[in-house]
Amino acid sequence: MRVMTVPEAHRAVDAVWRLESARIIAGLARLVNDVGLAEELAQDALVAALRQWPESGIPPNPGAWLMATARHQAIDRIRRNERLRHRLDQLGHEARQRQDSAIFGQPDLDAVIEGEGVADDLLRLMFIACHPVLSTEARVALTLKLLGGLTTEEIARAFLTTEPTVAQRIVRAKRTLASKQIPFEVPPELERAARLASVLEVIYLIFNEGYTATAGDDWIRPELCYEALRLGRMLAELSPAEPEVHGLTALMEIQASRMRARLGPAGEPIPLLEQNRGAWDQLLIRRGFAALLRAERLGRPPGPYMVQAAIAACHARAASAADTDWERIVALYELLTALTPTPVVELNRAVAVAMAFGPERGLELVDPLTAEPELRGYHLLPSVRGDLLARLGRHEEARAEFERAASLARNARERAVLLDRAAACPPAGFP
Amino acid sequence: MRFLMTTSKADPPDDKLVAEMDRLVEEMTRKGVLLAAGGLDPVGTRVTSSGGKITVTDGPFTEAKETILSFALVEARSKDEAIELARRFWLIAGNGEGAIRQVYGPE
Repeated sequence: MRVMTVPEAHRAVDAVWRLESARIIAGLARLVNDVGLAEELAQDALVAALRQWPESGIPPNPGAWLMATARHQAIDRIRRNERLRHRLDQLGHEARQRQDSAIFGQPDLDAVIEGEGVADDLLRLMFIACHPVLSTEARVALTLKLLGGLTTEEIARAFLTTEPTVAQRIVRAKRTLASKQIPFEVPPELERAARLASVLEVIYLIFNEGYTATAGDDWIRPELCYEALRLGRMLAELSPAEPEVHGLTALMEIQASRMRARLGPAGEPIPLLEQNRGAWDQLLIRRGFAALLRAERLGRPPGPYMVQAAIAACHARAASAADTDWERIVALYELLTALTPTPVVELNRAVAVAMAFGPERGLELVDPLTAEPELRGYHLLPSVRGDLLARLGRHEEARAEFERAASLARNARERAVLLDRAAACPPAGFP
Repeated sequence: MRFLMTTSKADPPDDKLVAEMDRLVEEMTRKGVLLAAGGLDPVGTRVTSSGGKITVTDGPFTEAKETILSFALVEARSKDEAIELARRFWLIAGNGEGAIRQVYGPE
């Protein structure tokens, strides 16, 4: 083992922690049946690593070292606590029954924690972090903390809030899970669809916060996108029989492939059809296609994420914007409207219809949306309307719409682009 | 961040090593950590460009000090994470030597 400097060791501990913490917390959570306590125990192991590794060097299998240390601490804790000891006996009993071989005395903790159950434990951790009893913000924070291995500070930075706010959110979430006695389990069949939907929602929310940052000066925060992608891929591995899991992963892979092409030199957003397709990341596109294929092969009726992924795949397949198969995209949006009839989906369908059949047809679909209460204050509605009006030569109206869109946009870069478009509309009386 | 990991010296693999390595490659690919990987023909073709003139020379090159034998393109959150991934690779690969270099460009 190589002896390293203290900062070097700390960075190494940090890297190992990010890769391993979810598995460690998940394994411990099953042991103590309490996510909050599991995280505390895992943190203790992290502190021990930070203390010991600078002197001892990094152990050959750092993940196993952290797990063993956390486990010892858990056992100590359990011995001192009547309630937990009961839990341990119960687990040992279950393990004995499972293995059908008599292990007398202390339950075999290695088997309890490291058995083939690691994947199941991670899945349980994902479900509990995204439990509907928690607020959306709490689910997001807890997921990034427990499954992404992010620090409270990193989460705060990503969501432009303060560290105490995030810390408070996480503490409260753990308390809620404990007080409501939410079991650490993969939800039973009846609840499963709804619970899975919550997990997918949280992951996509994290992705979107990175992909089009709703607030702040940067339009994209790629690290959040990559974090969401990681979570999606992890879930796809843990839950391979769920088509929507692959659908969401495919959608994120393909959207992330455009990351480099979506920003101009000054950091301004570039719309999909104006992007340099040569800058799209073909590796991610290929992963996206593969995930979509996995979803389709399961042979179940497509859900909303699969359909959105199919739409994204249409764009990815087109060599140039002009090659886009808009009629297929319109058909997919019709399917999506039937699955999730929301005004935002309807707005997107209108954009596709305008591309396939002309701006008038698009405008016919957009105009009724202006009365939708849900879209009041949504900057993309006037932005799309402005675009269609401009293409129809109705420049005065278009300018007013772009200005309205700019006043509603919360992101600085996006606002600047919309104001530019407003300024580019020729004045009244101009041919 | 993407990193290109390369090996320039490695023990010849036995069946056990190949099986373990396949497992690691599969796991890392599914996780999206490993984007591409492969072994390289030790005998390559050298291309030099000078003043608009392209010269192509077939190997082997006896003077070559270090030949890349295999590569892996990985997606990691930091250089330290890439190092940790390399550690896992070498735990299976055994004795040898390689390099980790950050790839600039597709971010």
